[in-house]
Amino acid sequence: MSLTEKIITIMMVVAGTMLTRFLPFAVFSGGRKTPQFIKYLGRVLPTAALAMLAVYCFKDVEIMSGAHAMPELIAVAVITLLHLWKRNLLLSISVGTVLYMVLVQMVF
Amino acid sequence: MQKKYRSAFLAAFLHTIPIMTGFLFLGTAYGIYMNASGFSPLYPLFMSLFIFAGSMEFVAVNLLMGGFDPIDAFLLTLLVNARHLFYGISMLDKYSGTGKLKPYLIFGMCDESFSINLTADVPDGVDKGLFMFFVTLLNHFYWVFGATLGGIIGSVISLNLEGLEFVMTALLYVLFLEQLLKEKDYQSALIGIVCTVLCLAVFGSDGFIVPSMILILLCMAVRMFLKRGEQECP
Repeated sequence: MSLTEKIITIMMVVAGTMLTRFLPFAVFSGGRKTPQFIKYLGRVLPTAALAMLAVYCFKDVEIMSGAHAMPELIAVAVITLLHLWKRNLLLSISVGTVLYMVLVQMVF
Repeated sequence: MQKKYRSAFLAAFLHTIPIMTGFLFLGTAYGIYMNASGFSPLYPLFMSLFIFAGSMEFVAVNLLMGGFDPIDAFLLTLLVNARHLFYGISMLDKYSGTGKLKPYLIFGMCDESFSINLTADVPDGVDKGLFMFFVTLLNHFYWVFGATLGGIIGSVISLNLEGLEFVMTALLYVLFLEQLLKEKDYQSALIGIVCTVLCLAVFGSDGFIVPSMILILLCMAVRMFLKRGEQECP
């Protein structure tokens, strides 16, 4: 690819990304009335979207081979318990991450 | 006036500390990857600055090394980033009334900025719009800084950081937990999880997001229809 072709390719990626980010705001704001279904989605979608994102994070975990997702399962279980107990975001995240690093580097 | 900015910046910084760790690590990894693929550090710098969508930037490296096909690049980007459509619909209310900051808030709405701005309890007396602006700006900065640094230093780091990438997973998972504890909307969470896991099992890890989104929308439509039969007002 020439430099110009590379720049065009990058610009297409930028345009695609921006389209997915700006489209809902462009369609559903301004003078027009937001449809009932979109208002409903605005209420229920945040939780569903975060749930989808949480699953998305684990998409490449190998269940059938390697460590059989044990480091992930253990880390998630510890994070869940710790967070229900202390409800401290930073604490849950850092303990979970360090535990995961120890597990993948030394245990599994 | 000064104080207004300082308090918003400080609150935003505290909320983005986990992202700083994750982005400096992942951003540097991305820069190193570009360096190893033979690109000058200007590429990670400009790509992280203008694309600002982590997973897509990794995909873009492959696009740049293949044949020239701008339409294909555009369509692939829409597929990989389709989840942003959900974020936008979720943030219609929160981002309204942010005035001049709004275009940048939308431009910088990556997974992490979205999750933090959606779930954060902004402290009393802190301007919400400015808080969300600084969250987005700091995340953007961490990412660009990490990517450029990685592009410059290449692969000279020898620290064993295996597993550190889990910090992003931990963050997004904890934010989901927090949302669940706060909103108690277990039905929506269940719909989100079941639809996504089902589509992941059926379509595999490369093409499950768009089917998941369609399935989630269908479930929500059915749910709204059923609810309407029960009661009119919430």
